[in-house]
Amino acid sequence: MSRSAVVHHLAGEPHSRPGFMRTYLFSTDHKMIGKQFLWLGLLMMIPGGLAAMMMRWQLAWPGTRVPFTGGIPEPFMYDGHMGPEFYNSLFTMHGTIMIFFVAMPILVGAFGNFLIPLMIGARDMAFPVLNMLSFWVGLLSGLLMIAGFFVPGGHAAAGWTSYVPLSAAAHFTGVDWGQNLWCISLIFLGISSLMGSINYITTIINMRAVGMTLFRMPLVIWSLFITAILLLLALPVLTSALGMLLFDRMAGTSFFLPEGGGEPILWQHLFWFFGHPEVYVMILPGMGIASEILSTFSRKPIFGYKAMAFSMCSIAFLGFVVWGHHMFQSGMNPVLGMSFMVSTMVIAVPSAIKTFNWLGTLYRGSIHFTTPMLGALAFVSMFVVGGLSGIFMASLPVDIFIHDTYFIVAHIHYVLFGGSMFGIFAGIYFWFPKMFGRMMNETLGKIHMVVTFIAFNFTFFPMHILGVGGHMRRIYDPTVYEFLADLQPINVFITISAICLGVAQILFVINFFWSLAAGRRAERNPWRSNTLEWSAPTPPPHGNFETLPNVYRGPYEYSVPGAPEDYLPQDRRLDPKPAPTG
Amino acid sequence: MNQAISATAEIEPAESPLIPGGSGKLGMWIFLVGDAMGFGCLLAAYGALRFYSDNWPKPMDVLGIQLTAVMTFLLICSSLTMVKALAAIRMGRPKAMRNFLLLTILGGTLFLGIQAYEWTHLIEIKHITLTGNPYGSVFFGTTFYLLTGFHGAHVTSGVIYLTYILIQGLRGKFSPARHGPVEIVGLYWHFVDLVWILIFTFVYLL
Repeated sequence: MSRSAVVHHLAGEPHSRPGFMRTYLFSTDHKMIGKQFLWLGLLMMIPGGLAAMMMRWQLAWPGTRVPFTGGIPEPFMYDGHMGPEFYNSLFTMHGTIMIFFVAMPILVGAFGNFLIPLMIGARDMAFPVLNMLSFWVGLLSGLLMIAGFFVPGGHAAAGWTSYVPLSAAAHFTGVDWGQNLWCISLIFLGISSLMGSINYITTIINMRAVGMTLFRMPLVIWSLFITAILLLLALPVLTSALGMLLFDRMAGTSFFLPEGGGEPILWQHLFWFFGHPEVYVMILPGMGIASEILSTFSRKPIFGYKAMAFSMCSIAFLGFVVWGHHMFQSGMNPVLGMSFMVSTMVIAVPSAIKTFNWLGTLYRGSIHFTTPMLGALAFVSMFVVGGLSGIFMASLPVDIFIHDTYFIVAHIHYVLFGGSMFGIFAGIYFWFPKMFGRMMNETLGKIHMVVTFIAFNFTFFPMHILGVGGHMRRIYDPTVYEFLADLQPINVFITISAICLGVAQILFVINFFWSLAAGRRAERNPWRSNTLEWSAPTPPPHGNFETLPNVYRGPYEYSVPGAPEDYLPQDRRLDPKPAPTG
Repeated sequence: MNQAISATAEIEPAESPLIPGGSGKLGMWIFLVGDAMGFGCLLAAYGALRFYSDNWPKPMDVLGIQLTAVMTFLLICSSLTMVKALAAIRMGRPKAMRNFLLLTILGGTLFLGIQAYEWTHLIEIKHITLTGNPYGSVFFGTTFYLLTGFHGAHVTSGVIYLTYILIQGLRGKFSPARHGPVEIVGLYWHFVDLVWILIFTFVYLL
């Protein structure tokens, strides 16, 4: 009752055009905030990617001059030659930036903000001002993280996991304010994320359009809903732990310092209690995006819709009880290790359900190989590789051998680049028309996807071989180890592939900006898709819909016999007798 | 799948919003879940450090619980006045609501005052600090200040938040039909009270 009152109020409200500041900077419109998060994530990809390139150069040709780095001053680079401390900072910041400032802002911040109200048929988020604050606190957090590069002592150098005691006292790494800023920045990110989660969960629970039942929600909304719950439960734990770490560093306590009687393992438990749900935060939205795209471009209903939703729920639940598998080698009780191993392997079941359902969706579909579809297919295939290598590490006895080697690096990149990044690319190619009102160039997009796919596999697949060969991760110079000499050509090959992978992203940048300025104007529903965002104008105005849609069916009614077209939008009413449809 | 679209599909009634009439209450509940995880992390760390320590002093001997019992009593009373404030505005008695809100704020402020006194006493007389404790494990002091400090920060925010609501009440913003913000600040306040019960139990009593 109160809902219809609200609807009438909003529909009748004249949407006067606010000024520049309110439109582009301090906007409370979920679509603008989503785009702001997208820009933040895409920009942060530059320092994150460059850090990776520099590391790769050092690993392939240690001690040689790294090109284009002459401007970096002494304590970090010595006339183009990388110092070991700077190498430590680079791998720390590569992980930190890519996880917290690329994957999270784009997957959760950008897609979450842009898609949730549009796809559930709402005019905006439940708390628009909180939403705006969430972005600005997130940006502040990003700036603090970048600022760490410019303080004396250099940036945090204890890995993205900041294991203690290495990170808990300045005298271990020589890094003082870099690590402090790292902690402070992530505390702010935790606050930003908390505000976002509150908004997403409330909006999805309370603001769905008429007829949009939970089981008519698109799977990407399911995935973002579950992701928001994961963030809500996991990030405050990190925030509290970071607070304790800061106390250790700045107030002289010794929570994590053994010399003061503290418990270093405690940090690992707290960190991974956050850290494992965090990896599902980065993969679940990708799964949702892939589900939308695979169904749309197979012109088939998603196979096993409810199984897809429930398997995401069970992945999320299991994600909270497996954190110990990151700590098999930490001296944990083997009995505990065994139970963590079993619970970890159980996650393979819902993951496999999802994979087979995606394959079932593709089976005998009329597949359209558009750019977003290529991204989604890459997502599914690479997720399978990453998932399978995950089984190796989940197995306690195998992990004794491969822990802390490049096998781990290969795995995480198959899941986070092969999974999350291909999901991000697929999502951007898919929703770019709705976001910016123009189509992206399909030819450039396809070249980008294919080159990225090949270069990605050339870069990360050989890392499995390195890892099984005993190549440790996070080493500055592999050539000082005699037993790694045979593997050095692989390192060179990986670096060349990685450079190709990096250069290939220029195609994406060109396509993105060229399409922004001169792409073909997008019609309302260019992909002939079912979900509600495609029934809004392109790009959607303030308030999203001309009239709030009523939802009559689930989101994946493609190729329905008797329907006038091979798709049937969620908000289109079918009368008992066929009526002329527009 | 094909029969999934029944040609006679009527508009199913929307699932009624979980909390009709605004999302604020739901938002506060969700925030409290997150906040509880933050407190939970600190309490878990407290438990772990205490479990592995072999010279943890008996809290009652060091801290003394008479004063803390008064603090606990004050906070519980302030929760009661909070309930009465909400009940008052629901029954259309804004003046009673203001008085009860004022009492709630008073309870919170007194709590903070006693806590400040307690901290000063512990630091200056008993020399228990963040980094030192003459009565045994150093973590006794560290976790004590961390937990009570984090909770105290919540009480402080609560007092500010309540004051803001009181000012709105003085401006006549609330009525039996519109009392959402009073209910929401109440949720927060009761949560802070509940957390204190946990801290009182684990840090002072056990």
